[in-house]
Amino acid sequence: MDPLTTGLLVAGLAAASFAPRAAFILFFARLPIPAAAQQGLRFVPAAVFAALVVPDIAFAGGELRLALDNPKLLAALVAGPVAWRTRNTLATILAGMAALHLAERFLA
Amino acid sequence: MLPVLPGVGTFGLICGVAMVGSGMSPAAAMALSLAAYAGTAQLAALQLLGAGAPLAVIFLAALVLNLRFALYSLSMAPHFRAATTPRKWLYAYLLSDNGYAHFVARYASHPDAPGKAGYYLGACAMIWSVWQGSTALGVALGAGVPPAWRLEFTVTLTFFALGISVIRDKAMAVAAATAAVTAVLAVGLPYRLGLLAAAGAGIAAGVVADRWTR
Repeated sequence: MDPLTTGLLVAGLAAASFAPRAAFILFFARLPIPAAAQQGLRFVPAAVFAALVVPDIAFAGGELRLALDNPKLLAALVAGPVAWRTRNTLATILAGMAALHLAERFLA
Repeated sequence: MLPVLPGVGTFGLICGVAMVGSGMSPAAAMALSLAAYAGTAQLAALQLLGAGAPLAVIFLAALVLNLRFALYSLSMAPHFRAATTPRKWLYAYLLSDNGYAHFVARYASHPDAPGKAGYYLGACAMIWSVWQGSTALGVALGAGVPPAWRLEFTVTLTFFALGISVIRDKAMAVAAATAAVTAVLAVGLPYRLGLLAAAGAGIAAGVVADRWTR
């Protein structure tokens, strides 16, 4: 990562993280949020996380690969039940990483 | 000592390891952590950067992920209306999911109870210190790990675990499934705009499903 990109990334993320926090404490102290926006906000984490994760595990080498020869998909199939059962991020990561490395070793 | 601190520390550690695993230098990773102090947005940014997204899309995605802070900010604003402006800057910077949760658990029903600002600052300072300390530890550990370990995949797995843990009802599952399918269909869109399209479709589907299931 070159220094300019790094600098812009840090500055931009600082702004994108501070602005929502400061919005009402510092700036629009008396502005109401519409009810529809509040309803929508509830779904932000589930929607954004799914949109971040699924392309990374469903695609390999630029092609959709929904088959068991896709190591990341295999890792997700192992990590999913662990996440569901334990609700524990660390346990999910350990299971998923172990599955990824095993899958890459045996599929290669 | 807040009961949430071990969880904060674990996620901070993961975030630190994942940042250097995605190719950031240790100094840049710590600068990002101190400046943004928003773990999920930081990880999302790195994942998108690795996928070739332009900075504008990355900032928008981070803003969407951080919108929940605006809701906390709205709910905190009446409590801190009398504070000085520098104090308000500090309160805003320190606002976190767990700090907010602790504060409202104690003061939402007793807004006139004494020690509000002190309690908020104390809780937030503890959470902030544990977060930054554990991130630094994760950065130090991650920097010693060879690329063959594929630590960048921990970012995806983190979001996978968080995504599954936030799905608590049918409407939420509909939102996640819609976003997932849209993300796959829209993967060819330029500038990784598929992410924003998928998030929008998922949120809309969730709101609609919410009305139907009620």
